[in-house]
Amino acid sequence: MTIEKAQKIVSLEDQMEERSRLRLQEQAQQPDEQRAGPSSPGAAWDRVQISRHQDRPYTLDCFDRLFDSFREIHGDRKYADDRAIVGGMASFKGAPVMVLGHQKGRNTKERLERNYGMPKPEGYRKALRLMKLAEKFGRPVLTFIDTPGAYPGLGAEKRGQAEAIAYNLRSMAGLRVPLIATVLGEGGSGGALAVGLADRILMLENSIYSVISPESCSAILWKDQNHVREAAQSLKLTAQDLQRFGIVDEIVAEPPGGAHNDWDQTTSALSRALSRHLEEVSALDPEDRIDSRHEKFRKIGEYASRV
Amino acid sequence: MSPLRYDGGMAWFKREKRPFRALPEEDRRVRTEGVFTKCPDCGSIIWNKELAENFLVCPRCGHHFKIGARKRMELLLDDGEFEEFAAGIRSSDPLEFEDRKNYRDRIEASRRSTGLNEAVICAEGSLRGHRVVCAAMEYSFIGGSMGSVVGEKITLAVERSLERKIPLIIVSASGGARMMEGVLSLMQMAKISSALSRLDREGLPYVSLLTDPTTGGVTASFAMLGDLNLAEPKALIGFAGPRVIEQTIRQRLPEGFQRSEFLLEHGMLDAVVQRKDLRAFIGDWLVFMDHAPSR
Repeated sequence: MTIEKAQKIVSLEDQMEERSRLRLQEQAQQPDEQRAGPSSPGAAWDRVQISRHQDRPYTLDCFDRLFDSFREIHGDRKYADDRAIVGGMASFKGAPVMVLGHQKGRNTKERLERNYGMPKPEGYRKALRLMKLAEKFGRPVLTFIDTPGAYPGLGAEKRGQAEAIAYNLRSMAGLRVPLIATVLGEGGSGGALAVGLADRILMLENSIYSVISPESCSAILWKDQNHVREAAQSLKLTAQDLQRFGIVDEIVAEPPGGAHNDWDQTTSALSRALSRHLEEVSALDPEDRIDSRHEKFRKIGEYASRV
Repeated sequence: MSPLRYDGGMAWFKREKRPFRALPEEDRRVRTEGVFTKCPDCGSIIWNKELAENFLVCPRCGHHFKIGARKRMELLLDDGEFEEFAAGIRSSDPLEFEDRKNYRDRIEASRRSTGLNEAVICAEGSLRGHRVVCAAMEYSFIGGSMGSVVGEKITLAVERSLERKIPLIIVSASGGARMMEGVLSLMQMAKISSALSRLDREGLPYVSLLTDPTTGGVTASFAMLGDLNLAEPKALIGFAGPRVIEQTIRQRLPEGFQRSEFLLEHGMLDAVVQRKDLRAFIGDWLVFMDHAPSR
């Protein structure tokens, strides 16, 4: 790519960012009754946009505020270090914990480095390596979800993207230490779930969790890109929807307008929720915890039974 | 002028000045419906009886035709016999999902065309004398996609295998998680994987057979978690679909990418097995695996 092209992309991105920031600011300033109500057609799509907002606190921003220290470690010991996943030990209210999550970038350079927060198999394998390390030393694991999805690329397929995700799911189901997952921004399908099978699932108020992006859903079911709002609404992807389905254990309130307006306020609410849930699941013995984690997911699903 | 170039002076062949007249559309086709099938791979015209006797595999080129869930059970299990369970579970359309078509209508259409209630059937039967629990997916039911019902039925199959302490076989054919049940579909990946974690801890055998096509959330959960991950030849297997990858990397994918043989080469499959050899291959492995002194 030529330098001019790269600069053009950066400036276009800046313009887009500026526009979306202004729009969201306007939204935040509107009195509540004028804003889209929870059931109005645009409400879900608005949340999708807030969940992807440029200035939303990303995983490392949350680490800075939630933990007294963070010692990052790298690599899956098999192939590479995937920069779309960060992790290491941290001190949470004085106690050592393993923390890991998806990391997005804020500018073009960072985004490329972090691959837009889309992990490859080595990222998921790194995540599991860290969880196993935590298990060995009896430390709880806190995971943080913020990804458009697992990376759909050639190398990722070749190295077993599906296997890496599947193996994480099965391994997390049997992990002996407490596991708490928090959706910070985008919970993009299997790529999110691969670090999300946990004893408790928390979601920030404006985060989303979906089987497919509204854009792809619109493309597949409506055969065009003009139905993202309907798709977002139909998919029932907001934290509030997930709570109704019994998937989410707690919704963590965000400041008015969204987490981007006040990182500290967001993370201090999250910190309180995390420590409460951590205390609860730490009280169980490992076998009971694994059983109740299984029960949590065993119950999910709605269907009719007719013989 | 090059001596090789035709200079227009003299024609080598004489064409009669008779206007070309195409036959009407309906006369151009030979009607053989129900008697012959054309192989999509090599183009051979195969007598249906011959195809059926050959496990629905092209006798000329070995192309494995897609087969339905019931047919799969018949081919895999002793004497083609099996007792289905959990057959009555049906989708309740939990999201009341609507796109251009109504999800309920899609389900109804699939129920009518396949004669099944959902995209998987679960049964108990025997394979070379070993009692097994078998789940087989039906690709022609909304792309074999996994919603709450498929997730529940496969979990029930895992649980039956745990209760009865007999091996589990799952035959996948699926486009992945079902969009129309949103995140509930996604969570079925976690539910089934969690159940499989128990099966694994109990030391019970699980054979996963991946057939054409197996992609998305099905590959990224139970299909890749077998003690043995087997596939039929040339099955499309992957996480992302080929079109999505092409759009991401903006280039054409190499020939054979995401086919069984490609996955075997990259270490993701234990073996690629011809359909006619599946019973023998799995049967021999069940002798090896259906034996855990610790159980």
